[in-house]
Amino acid sequence: MAVIQVERKPLTFAERTYVPQIIAGLVTTWKHLVRRKDTLQYPEQRPAIPPGYRGVPTLVRDPNGREKCVSCQLCEFVCPPKAIRITPGEIPLDAPHAHVERAPQAFDIDMLRCIYCGMCQEVCPEEAIFLQQQYSMSGYTREEFVNNKARLYELGGTLPDQHFKWDKKKSAEERGNEH
Amino acid sequence: MNVVESMPPPPKPDLITVNIDGRDVAVPKGTNAIEAARLVGVDVPFYCYHPKLSVVGNCRMCLIEIGMPAVDPATKAPIMDPATGKQRINWIPRPQIGCATNASPGLHIRTNTPQIKDCREGVMEFLLINHPLDCPICDQAGECKLQEQATGYGRGYSRFIEQKVVKPKRTQLGPRVTLDDERCILCSRCIRFCKEIARDDVLGFIDRGSYSTLTCYPGKKLTNNYSLNTVDICPVGALTSTDFRFKMRVWFLKQTNSIDTESSVGANTVVWSREGIIYRITPRRNDEVNDTWMSDSGRELYKQVRSSDRLTAIRVNGIDSSLDVAVQAAAELIRASAGAVAVVGSGRSSVEEQFLTHKLAKLLQAPAGIVSRVGEGDGILISADRNPNVRGALVTGLIQGLPQPKLERLAAGIDAGTIRTVVAINEDLVAAGLTPAQLAKVAIVYLGTHVQPTTAAARVVIPTLTVFEKSGTFVNQQFRLQKFAKAVPGPAGASDDLVALSRLLAALGGGAIPSEINALWSLMAEEVPALKTIAFGRVPATGLQLDPAPWAGLPYVEGETLHYKPAP
Repeated sequence: MAVIQVERKPLTFAERTYVPQIIAGLVTTWKHLVRRKDTLQYPEQRPAIPPGYRGVPTLVRDPNGREKCVSCQLCEFVCPPKAIRITPGEIPLDAPHAHVERAPQAFDIDMLRCIYCGMCQEVCPEEAIFLQQQYSMSGYTREEFVNNKARLYELGGTLPDQHFKWDKKKSAEERGNEH
Repeated sequence: MNVVESMPPPPKPDLITVNIDGRDVAVPKGTNAIEAARLVGVDVPFYCYHPKLSVVGNCRMCLIEIGMPAVDPATKAPIMDPATGKQRINWIPRPQIGCATNASPGLHIRTNTPQIKDCREGVMEFLLINHPLDCPICDQAGECKLQEQATGYGRGYSRFIEQKVVKPKRTQLGPRVTLDDERCILCSRCIRFCKEIARDDVLGFIDRGSYSTLTCYPGKKLTNNYSLNTVDICPVGALTSTDFRFKMRVWFLKQTNSIDTESSVGANTVVWSREGIIYRITPRRNDEVNDTWMSDSGRELYKQVRSSDRLTAIRVNGIDSSLDVAVQAAAELIRASAGAVAVVGSGRSSVEEQFLTHKLAKLLQAPAGIVSRVGEGDGILISADRNPNVRGALVTGLIQGLPQPKLERLAAGIDAGTIRTVVAINEDLVAAGLTPAQLAKVAIVYLGTHVQPTTAAARVVIPTLTVFEKSGTFVNQQFRLQKFAKAVPGPAGASDDLVALSRLLAALGGGAIPSEINALWSLMAEEVPALKTIAFGRVPATGLQLDPAPWAGLPYVEGETLHYKPAP
């Protein structure tokens, strides 16, 4: 390899005084003093969550309080890191929503495995699982990071339902054979 | 003795040529058009057709176009098509059902024309009119013909805006079958099965048109021991198994080939498991043994795997121990009473285990036998001999004649003091006719799966595996060698029967005998004349017919069953 000698440019007078550089630096500092702040006083202050944000997956109820999940296990099947584990069960005949027939006995989502991809929400045929705005999980043990069914409903709450598919089905049943 | 691949060679079928979607194929005369199309890889969708049931042709899904080569009515001379130079085909202008079309010479079939596509879309649309949107709660999802064929042949969207007919849901047809009438597409497979195979005519349709409903005849229930086959053949989720209902999605389940152990019929089965837990057992098609059926009682056998009375601890004199210690303790017991040892094998053990049991008995020069288990045969798929593998004990030489129901000679030997140690392999000696007092007189080495009176009396207990937890072979009533595979791992504490037996043999000075099944089979092929030339890995999934001639004269207890006729 040939060695190329590069000649260093001599500094100008202004550069030698170092004053313009100090002023330019201070301008940046002063700008930040008066600008709107980017940082938040977390956790007292929380950022605004944009729509479509994918937070912690949760289970939701419909406005009538019916648990929407029917434990079809499609989310368990589609989940890439296998974070979801469902034990399906049957709704007893005397329950108010007996006509739905099927509901999860147990529903666990391991948040140490979850990658927040939203595939479960996308695949759900009953619109029962949603990645909502909760984003921070904390705990002292691995077990605390496994959200069970009760916790998932607590996180999920109630979402408006557009379809009321099962309610329509029940009312059709009550009216009898109708064309 | 030679192994015959298939019993007598079937008479050569009368082959004729038919043309399916432009391809000529030779099929036996009278072959159903659906089966003929399958031979050339052409899929003709259907719901009501079933290869083992009569043809009714009521789903209309298998519509095809058929035609015959044109001949002059007067002279019978072929009419040629000047455009192609071949014989002209007279196509029937309207579609015909494939299931009721039998192959005849020169038959032409088209399954890929626009008319057929329209027909299939139309049939699918009508079938889906009143079909509920139950897929998320339906057990059939994943193995549903309606789902598959709506994807393959449906129009893709619904034009139906009216309300669907409401029918009874969650109805109990019998103790094991749940019916959802809304999902029923009225194919009548279940009705035909009950009438033709189970010979228990209980199902039928009531009402007309879209109100047609499947139900039991008044005062009757679907209680027969073959009722769950209707669940298997139901192309939709109308009939579901009450036991398997909502337990697990089928797409999670691993399928393992197995054999039904409840009788010497040896129905071929599939064990469906996930993560070491068995969820259901279904039949596997074997036209020589069980067609596509199996009994309900055979489907419940998986419950023994996780039952609470499973043996899970190796015990020596009532103290938890390890396999090495238990084998040494057993060997000492046996050596201490040399010449006064008896071996009780089992007709429920696999051929390999019976081979090792026979080797053990030979090494100890001990009398060996198995316990017979005779019930009533039902003439379909449960025979009178409730041991799955008595023929295996004959083949391996463990027994010379058929077993007795009670171990009278053993009992006499114990009473006379000539038997002081008994090695019992998966057989309850109390059930086999020994009294607790007799058990107390002898030292018992027990290898088995479940807690029994014998295990309480045994000095050495080595827990072993059930049929679902190990691989091996059985020989059924037709002398058909059929293999089963390990579906789930055994419980902690249980040892493989072959490992336990080969360790015991080694500890008694019988030399090193492989416990790995393929290696063991090469030894068996050398030593057992009937199994010469057979390797475990090459036994086909549907079994291998052995030559029954050496044991032809024995008074077998089985009566006639589906594919078995007792020798006159």
